[in-house]
Amino acid sequence: MPLYETHVGMECHAELLTESKMFCGCRNEFGGEPNTRTCPVCLGLPGSLPVFNKKAIEHVVRTALALNCTISLHSVFHRKNYFYPDLPKGYQISQYGNTPIGVNGWLEIEKPDGTTKKIHITRVHLEEDTGKLIHSDGAGYSVVDYNRSSVPLMEIVTAFPPDIESAEEARLYAETLRSILIYLGVSDGKMEQGSLRAEPNPSVRPVGSDTFGTKTELKNLNSFRSVQRGIEYEAQRQIEVIESGGRVTQETRGWDDEKGISFSQRSKEVEQEYRYFPEPDLIPLEFDPEWLESLRAELPELPNAKKRRLMEQYGLPATDAAQLVLERETADYFEQAARGVKDTKAVANWMLGDLARLANASGLAIHAAPIPPAALAEMVGLIESGAMTGKIAKTVIEEMFATGKSAPQVVQEKGLTVSGADEVAGIVAKVVAANPDVVAKIKAGNDKSIGFLVGQVMKESKGRAKPDDVNRLLREEMDKL
Amino acid sequence: MALTREEVRGVATLARLDLKDNETDRLTHHLNDLLAQFARLQELNTEDVPPTAHAVPVAAALREDVARPSLPREAVMANGPQVDRELGGFIVPQVIGE
Amino acid sequence: MELYTLSARELADKIQAREVSAREVTDAFLACIERVDSDVRAFVTVTAQQARAAADAVDARLAAKEEVSSLAGVPIALKDNLCTTGVETTCSSKILRGFVPPYNATVVEKLSAAGAVSLGKATMDEFAMGSSTENSGLFTTRNPWDLTKVPGGSSGGSAAAVAAGEAPFALGSDTGGSIRQPAAFCGLVGVKPTYGRVSRYGLVAFASSLDQIGPLARTVEDAALLLSVIAGHDPGDSTSVPRSVPDYRAALTGDIKGLRVGIPKEYFAEGIATDVREAVTRAISVLEGLGASVGETSLPYTEYALPAYYIVAPAEASSNLARYDGVRYGHRTRNAQGHIDLFEKTRDEGFGDEVKQRIMIGTYALSAGYYDAFYLKAQQVRTLIKQDFDRCWENFDALITPTAPSAAFGIGEKTDDPLAMKLSDICTIPANMAGIPALSQCCGFTESGLPIGVQLMGPPFSEETLLRLAHAYEQATDWHTRRPSLDKK
Ligand SMILES: [Mg+2]
Ligand SMILES: [Zn+2]
Repeated sequence: MPLYETHVGMECHAELLTESKMFCGCRNEFGGEPNTRTCPVCLGLPGSLPVFNKKAIEHVVRTALALNCTISLHSVFHRKNYFYPDLPKGYQISQYGNTPIGVNGWLEIEKPDGTTKKIHITRVHLEEDTGKLIHSDGAGYSVVDYNRSSVPLMEIVTAFPPDIESAEEARLYAETLRSILIYLGVSDGKMEQGSLRAEPNPSVRPVGSDTFGTKTELKNLNSFRSVQRGIEYEAQRQIEVIESGGRVTQETRGWDDEKGISFSQRSKEVEQEYRYFPEPDLIPLEFDPEWLESLRAELPELPNAKKRRLMEQYGLPATDAAQLVLERETADYFEQAARGVKDTKAVANWMLGDLARLANASGLAIHAAPIPPAALAEMVGLIESGAMTGKIAKTVIEEMFATGKSAPQVVQEKGLTVSGADEVAGIVAKVVAANPDVVAKIKAGNDKSIGFLVGQVMKESKGRAKPDDVNRLLREEMDKL
Repeated sequence: MALTREEVRGVATLARLDLKDNETDRLTHHLNDLLAQFARLQELNTEDVPPTAHAVPVAAALREDVARPSLPREAVMANGPQVDRELGGFIVPQVIGE
Repeated sequence: MELYTLSARELADKIQAREVSAREVTDAFLACIERVDSDVRAFVTVTAQQARAAADAVDARLAAKEEVSSLAGVPIALKDNLCTTGVETTCSSKILRGFVPPYNATVVEKLSAAGAVSLGKATMDEFAMGSSTENSGLFTTRNPWDLTKVPGGSSGGSAAAVAAGEAPFALGSDTGGSIRQPAAFCGLVGVKPTYGRVSRYGLVAFASSLDQIGPLARTVEDAALLLSVIAGHDPGDSTSVPRSVPDYRAALTGDIKGLRVGIPKEYFAEGIATDVREAVTRAISVLEGLGASVGETSLPYTEYALPAYYIVAPAEASSNLARYDGVRYGHRTRNAQGHIDLFEKTRDEGFGDEVKQRIMIGTYALSAGYYDAFYLKAQQVRTLIKQDFDRCWENFDALITPTAPSAAFGIGEKTDDPLAMKLSDICTIPANMAGIPALSQCCGFTESGLPIGVQLMGPPFSEETLLRLAHAYEQATDWHTRRPSLDKK
């Protein structure tokens, strides 16, 4: 059996964060009672006409700029004609051909081994979302809800030939893209609600072949994990089809996350023939280069640049920095907490360790935890100054999280102040006296056994003794013998 | 260039028109008449001529992103030939697959 | 003197002077409808109750000495492709039967703000596709000048209603001559404004890049009055032009001295009936006598306008009419197996032959492999047609041509010959393709007493020039004073 390689094209759709829909004033919101956010325009009533939402256009332009695209100064909208019950006008207003808002861009993914890879993007365009079918069990029919109809939708398509060569790269691409969209404030990135949708087009070919295999399109992937699993499964399925003498059919396949399998979906159209033509109800957009430059200048620092800066400025390891920049607010939290703290690495450790664990358990993002950045900084400061041990801090942070109290407050109330050397000396004397056999072993040269005594002292002091003190005092006490 | 009956059927499928046999015949005839008319356009050399989509130049209209009240659901559903008022949606035959 | 014989301007004056109440005026027109519409069949829906209520509201304002607008209490008929809140809007199609819009077209809002009283919805060719109103999916309208003739189309109901005295004026829509040709057939003034001059919001789309709403009236002044009310920028229509609206009546000075009027020879080629050619030629002499300077010119791409139109308009229509699928409104087939079947059967049952033909040709012209040869080519030809006109505007302020190759033809005469039917739009289509304003008015009668129309075309936003020319001509002639003799029968 020859070795196969996988190539993946990616088509991603993101619903844009706007107040109102793409072509009408209905509220752009997730969920709600069916057909409560509709009007003549988004219902496609006879005589209604579309008008561009300025914000949606700005969002797409900013995204295209952030993805290093060239902006089409003259950008045309088209009608994509097809029939489907969720499509109220019998066409979707979209962008076709060579004048989408953004063309020829790229983004960079970073692989676990630290190497980076440019993924080229062929187009970034704006279109409208469709309505939604609700399948009512038992009723024998479906009903259509047009609340989502005409919600602004941005489509981002990777270039051909595909740069993505594995399921993992596809997942990294989707993750990176999501974080950029969230940084820009153009999308909430919620894959589980379908506001961000990734549709990979995997194909396989024997290594050494110079033509690409037939691709399939995967749908219904509602997490990054399913993006990776779906592609892995689909690539393997395609290889098996080829190996058993068959041919891969170009088709749309759904992903069943529970069963971990893809399945053939009936295509939307009997035949794909969209009869695109320029939308006569809309005038093409003309972009002023000066306006574009002002948008470019106002772009926020993007995840990759921020990550590099965090590593340099705070001496963080790449893995920590990568985690911190996943969401802009997390990185902001870190930078605020790191202010005035010498050991900035410790701040990152606490955030990504205990704080992340606690936040996660309550379904919160790190930055939304009930411990403000300044309070975390104060806690780290206590450790730094020797006023609290790391061990105690683990208890303290839990209490801070649960009650919203500051670290000094918790330490005070729970009597967790660090024991003085005198107090520790007393405990040490007691422990040494109570363990003559261990002391004998140490005296005989078995230095490792001292750990047991340290542990006993810490236990007696309830963790409030400083390890330095304990070690020093134990030596002194044994030397007395 | 003349369209066959089969091609006309294909176009009807695209247009979602369930043509009867006599309609297909009549339309095949009529479409071919029109196509013969269109052939005259091919006489013209339009190689460097830009297409006109909008005859009167105007700048694209942009709307501020402000939400406005939608229609009351009753008004939305009032014209529906078949609706499920409990679910609040327009009824269509069961769509399987997606 | 019967109220229903007065012009809209005269009615407005009398109502505002409180010589007559709005209610009396409305009742007079409703009575006329009652008397003649069983013969003419101009209305799909007569909204007598709403009309009386609206008229009463005007009277109440007048009684309270409140300020009223320019059209206060003046009745009007609306083509049935204009959306009207709470009033069925059918486009004379079975597929829209029962559709009651939850919103008003922008022009309907403007009329209502101006105090106009809608009498109801006028018939048309189904979805405005046709030139005789015989393509109505509901019933055929008759020409008030001769009930065996067509009123023209597609705004045939609007034109017939005004000619018959059922309304002082009306709104129509013009995609390829649909206001001007019925105006010519019914002896009226009809104006297709510059594309973008009047909002299309709420006009059920036929061909989006060509459609334009405009007035049908018995006098140039009434057309100007109505145009002043409906024109203007609408933020709800992206193709409407932000440009201030003149008081078109102020343009009716009677003075046309020095205006340069071109006669494009292509519009006088064979196919134009002799009586039409002679009437138009006499009209040209009248204008010349009034001080206009007249000269021959040429628009060489004219002959390509018709085939290009029959690609562009059906292509856009095939897409615009895709929304009629039986899901949200209108007709829905009774027994469908799956959604594809629902769409196919609903559309087959709901659309008439002409509409199906145009959907088919449009679908074909847009399909992969044919787009460049048809749609793109037609849009390029459009550029050539536009350039033709642009060259003319260097030397002329307006062009004068026949509106239609002949006067009204007989009902049923051309229904079996779709191409002959389409040729009746040969003089009107170029203005839609170029987006320019055009006007038709009566310039005489055939021997059998049918009106003949003359067309004026001008550069974009030259409505004032066209109205001034037409008004001067109207003052110098008396064609507009003639009335069909429906009542005598
Ligand atoms: Mg798309
Ligand atoms: Zn809406």
